[in-house]
This record gives sequence, structure tokens and C-alpha cells, in this order.
Amino acid sequence: MRNTIPEAGPLFVRDRAMQPPAYTPWYKTSVLRAPTRALLSLEGTRSEITGPVFGHNMLHELDNDLIHNYAKPGESAIGPRILVHGRVLDESNRPLPGVLVEFWQANAGGRYRHKKDTYLAAIDPNFGGVGRAITDDDGYYWFKTVQPGPYPWPNGVNDWRPAHIHFSIFGKSFAQRLITQMYFEGDPLIWRCPIVQTIPDKAAIERLVAPLDMNATLPMDMRAYKFDIVLRGRRSTMFENRREGN
Amino acid sequence: MVQPLGYLKESPSQTAGPYVHIGLTPNFVGIHGIYAEDLGVGALVNEKTRGERIVIRGRVIDGSGTPLKDALVEIWQADAAGLYNSPLETRGKADENFSGWGRSPAHFETGEFVFETVKPGRVPFQDGRLMAPHVTLWIVARGINIGLHTRMYFSDEADANAEDPVLARIEHKVRIPTLIGQRDGDAYQFDIHLQGERETVFFDM
Repeated sequence: MRNTIPEAGPLFVRDRAMQPPAYTPWYKTSVLRAPTRALLSLEGTRSEITGPVFGHNMLHELDNDLIHNYAKPGESAIGPRILVHGRVLDESNRPLPGVLVEFWQANAGGRYRHKKDTYLAAIDPNFGGVGRAITDDDGYYWFKTVQPGPYPWPNGVNDWRPAHIHFSIFGKSFAQRLITQMYFEGDPLIWRCPIVQTIPDKAAIERLVAPLDMNATLPMDMRAYKFDIVLRGRRSTMFENRREGN
Repeated sequence: MVQPLGYLKESPSQTAGPYVHIGLTPNFVGIHGIYAEDLGVGALVNEKTRGERIVIRGRVIDGSGTPLKDALVEIWQADAAGLYNSPLETRGKADENFSGWGRSPAHFETGEFVFETVKPGRVPFQDGRLMAPHVTLWIVARGINIGLHTRMYFSDEADANAEDPVLARIEHKVRIPTLIGQRDGDAYQFDIHLQGERETVFFDM
């Protein structure tokens, strides 16, 4: 028996019962964009087990400060100031250091800086709505921003998205790639939202709801919300040279 | 009672939404001054990259035949020698002038995505057999609840494709052509059909 560090193994099987299916007709755009054939199961090969890694040297000082990274000198974005922080972990509860987390959001009035967003709420001239961070040695990330507002969208006649921040996360493997959304504790729109309701499991939805974190709140400055993200775990061994069925 | 296994569960996915570009390619939608350039956008190659230059073009097409104007596609591939530029690559050091990863927003009017890259070398499957050259793709967009993984193989690699252990897994052989990029000069055309008769094979990997 070898006693060396094992080669990186395939990922834990994705639990699709905790993930939204492709076809969720109450979220209308999914109807014509959902594959209808079964997915082809493929235990990760090197092509999926490997993945890109990004260096801290690509980051600018203000990349994780959305209050200031688009603001004119001496000015800042308008809205409730918040700190969003948490850890990126895998399913074995191990931190994932050195992974890229990207985030984007509407401004405090629910308006995105995007030419296709025509909502009546005003653009904030000092708010871009985009940032990124790379987790530290403990898998920890944080950024400052303003709390986004809810906004209406053309799905049902009177559908409103809860306040949310979009997250895009890289693990160490391309098969860990994940995009999700963070919601805010206590928002009554969460349980009315067709996009939230694409997730079939209530406990799974709750894992996207960030609690208010008074321990991390900065007095007289900004409140804090804590949002941990879990990516797929990884088997630690890999049995090679074994054909299927042997 | 037995001991609890103690595993966490993967965070649930949510759609990237129609404004995914704000976060992933802000300069592409006119948000300048935050990042010097959009990550992964533009050529994956420089003048020192080893290998045959190719272009991959395609569109993501919905069940009505309409190209998505708001999709975002990422690719991940080996270098010309079949090595991945990843800390988890154990077989050797990949070309340092090739990251292997790229990101392309669909064109706002045509829906086309484009990657300027090199043709990847062959990579071994778990049992040591060589897979045919391929590029892994990941597709997100409004209306897609969880990112879709697929692969593009190359139409001018018929012999390698015929012995590829992943393509061999596809029970309905009529679906294999949905994974083959069609060579046209130095470019490969690879349209991704989300549903319908020509629905692309997507992987649970």
C-alpha cells in the first residue's frame, strides 16, 4: 500500500435533489432553455478534475469595495452600507484557499448598470455593482457594498426579485464551477420568488439566505451578513488502470 | 444511532440571470474603470504559446431555434501537449504561455461566442486510454438554472473520436455529432442546442 499523498480524485457525486432541475415552467425563461434528454453521467476525468487557478496579483485594491470601486474621488455609493463575508468550503468541510469569487448586484434602488435594464429606479452614478475576491488561507473572503434593492421583472404580472447578490465561484476543478445567488435574512420576497422556488428543497434554499451577523458588524459604520459557500467535495483516492466492470 | 457522516451539501445553483456580464465581463457592457480588462476574454494564446492556432465559434440555441443573446460560455482545455495548466495536473508542467481557460459572452446581436485558442493534445482517461482531443465547455444564461457542461470534439480527428471512451458511452449514436465541432479553415463551428431534435449531449460530471 502506498503511503504518499494521493492523486486528486473525482468529485463527490452532485446531489441533484438539492439542485434546481432545468425545467421549471413557473420561471418562464427556463421552458425553452431546459435540456429535455437525460444528462450523460461521467465520473470526472482529468479534464473535469483540473481547473484554472487565479493569482492574488490580478486583484486591485478596491476590487472588493463596491462602495468605492466605481465612485468619483471623495464620493461613495448611496444605500445601506454592508459587509458581506464568509468562507468557501468543500463538502468535507475543508476550506478552499486561493479560489476566485466574483459578485454582482443591483444598486440600492434595484437598478442594474446594464443597458438592458430599463427599470424606472435611478442609476447611482457612484455605483458599478461588480467586485471580486480571492479566498485567503482559511478559505475566507469579504467585500463591502450597499444592500441591493428588490426589483420587478417580467415573469408573472407582479413578480419581484428579493434583494440578492449574484456569486460566481471557482473551486480547484472545472466541475466545481458554480453560480448562485445570496439572499438576505428576513426578506418576505424570498418565499414568493419563482427563481428561488426552482430549488426543490426548503433546507437547500435556506442555505442561500445570509444571516445578519452582528459580531462582524462595524459600529457606526456598516452592518454585516455572513454567507458561506459550499462546493463539491473530492474523493482522496483514485483507482487507475481499472476498466469499467472489472 | 451511528456517527453522523458530517458532510456539508453543495450550495444550490441559481441562474446567472440576464445581467451576468456585469459581474463576469463588465467592460463588455460598458462598465469601465473597475477592472483593466475582462477576465478570460480575448485570445487564450500569445506569440509564445505552443501549438496549432484555431478559432472556436458557435451559438447557444434555444428550443425555438433562437440564438441566446445573453449566454456566457467558458472553456477549459489542455495545451497542445495534452497537459492542463492546473495545480492538480500531476503528469508534468503545462505550457506557461497557455492558461487553458477562457470566457466569452454571446454577441448582443448575433449570439455568437468566440475563442481564439490552440488545438489541445490528447489526455488519458482514468484507465490510461487516450481520449480524443476535446475542449470542455460550461454554459450559463438567464433561464438556465444550473450551468451546463459539455465537450467539443474535432471533426478532423475521426480516428481518435472513434476510440474515445467518453463518446463510446453515448448509447444513442445519432447524438454523437452534437459534440463534434465542424472544421472550416482554421475555425471550428460548434452550435449548442439546448433542446429539440439536435439537443447537445450535456454531462453530469
